[in-house]
Amino acid sequence: MELTRRKALMLGAGVTALAFMPFTPASAAVEDAIAEFTGGADAGEGDITLITPEIAENGNTVPVSVDAPGAVSIAIFAAGNPNPDVVTFNFGPLAASHSASTRMRLAGTQDVIAIAKMPDGSFIRAANQVKVTIGGCGG
Amino acid sequence: MAKGVKPRVKVPKSASAGDTITIKTLISHKMESGQRKDGDGNPIPRSIINRFTCEFNGQSVIDINLDAAISTNPYFEFEAKVPEAGEFKFTWYDDDGSVYEEIKSIAVN
Amino acid sequence: MRSISLRILASVAALTAIGSLSAMAEDLPELVINEDIEMVTRTKAPAHLENLDEIRSGWTFRTKETQAFQMDDFDNPGMIFVDQALDTWETVDGAAGKSCATCHEGPESMTGLRATLPKWNEDAGEVWTMEMYINDCRENRMQADAWGWKSQPMLNMNALISLQSRGMPVDVKIDGPAQSAWEKGKEMYYTRYGQLELSCANCHEQNYDNYIRADHLSQGQINGFPVYRLKQANLITAHNRFKGCIRDTRAETFSEGSPEFVALELYVGSRGNGLSVEAPSVRN
Repeated sequence: MELTRRKALMLGAGVTALAFMPFTPASAAVEDAIAEFTGGADAGEGDITLITPEIAENGNTVPVSVDAPGAVSIAIFAAGNPNPDVVTFNFGPLAASHSASTRMRLAGTQDVIAIAKMPDGSFIRAANQVKVTIGGCGG
Repeated sequence: MAKGVKPRVKVPKSASAGDTITIKTLISHKMESGQRKDGDGNPIPRSIINRFTCEFNGQSVIDINLDAAISTNPYFEFEAKVPEAGEFKFTWYDDDGSVYEEIKSIAVN
Repeated sequence: MRSISLRILASVAALTAIGSLSAMAEDLPELVINEDIEMVTRTKAPAHLENLDEIRSGWTFRTKETQAFQMDDFDNPGMIFVDQALDTWETVDGAAGKSCATCHEGPESMTGLRATLPKWNEDAGEVWTMEMYINDCRENRMQADAWGWKSQPMLNMNALISLQSRGMPVDVKIDGPAQSAWEKGKEMYYTRYGQLELSCANCHEQNYDNYIRADHLSQGQINGFPVYRLKQANLITAHNRFKGCIRDTRAETFSEGSPEFVALELYVGSRGNGLSVEAPSVRN
């Protein structure tokens, strides 16, 4: 193809747009993982709290807490991990709250998503971005 | 059984009937994710604890499915109701078929 | 007249300084472990540390999430290794048919040891670290095989024994027969290593609290070792970090347990005299 000045400009704009796109806006893998948990149902807004650090000093051990009063179960997904599944909490009759905390691995800066299944079969979601720092001093 | 697996559980020794208590659990485990490669470039197979349960007198408090993104030495914190005196039973299920158990009694005053 | 107004100015400046210091102090997080053990994480630098006024535990440089890992022994993953060492403490090993407990009874008999290490060992005629004391027991009293410096049982036992001194002030002796090793360690601390020509002091004395890329530089204090490091998800020793730092200057590094690192551990340890023993601490 003949590279005219106009085409070159358009090409340049396209490349720029690509470069400025936010990192992984939820990959197909995380959509699939979520669909497996929700059976494809939409997850809406609701009473669900997801607590993650704004900045994780190391991606190997990132604390995460979720709380969704009344939830039957809560699943956590890491949108930027090679395998987005993190954990599923299923609450029994003796759970005093529908909350739990754990520690997870994040492969880099990414969105963490929590989805709660409610007793009526509906789903609610919350998401936070966690920045994972890559230090100068490894090893 | 994976080497050096050892549970560590925090449960109060006593509570009042109907109280809510906080439970913390840690267990030593590599949680090999299956994403890493050895020195020769061969993938290291996944070897994780894939399920953790906590029951009180046979009734479920929490039943957790773990994936490979859970950190080495898995940690959980959650809240339980204590309707009566009895035993908390904690069970970790390893990919290799091993099962690790810990029992903690609680008195009701 | 001039000197009086200068003095007034100086005292006003001093008051302002005190005012802002106390305002800062209110915001500073305090390390209390298990809602019980109060740790000294900031204190006046020891007299032999001429270039710093205040010494600070590495804990003060971490994010609140990393700090929280260390504030409860059921949140601190280092404690699972302490539990493992408790079993080892009771286990008979070696031809002499002894365990640690045979001679030392409970691990609490080790209270205070970690706070003084490394220290001069008169019989050996050299400065000894925790690992050297442990291996001396294993080889000579238990007639068992020595543990490798980086081996899991060594790391675990170091953590268990160090824990017995948790909360006590670091008190590493720098004079007497230890002095020449201390001088050697000090010389290393200020020596620029590697292609990047960086000394310990370049980062940890002149630039602590600044960032090197995304790393928040600490003073490089070792009062918390062995440390549960999130990166390795395991206990590591001060020598492991010395090695990492020197390697990062793109130098040939010394190895764990080398006389150079023993001397450096003595010197760096003494820079923390007055901070609390925090082992096993949690860092990134």
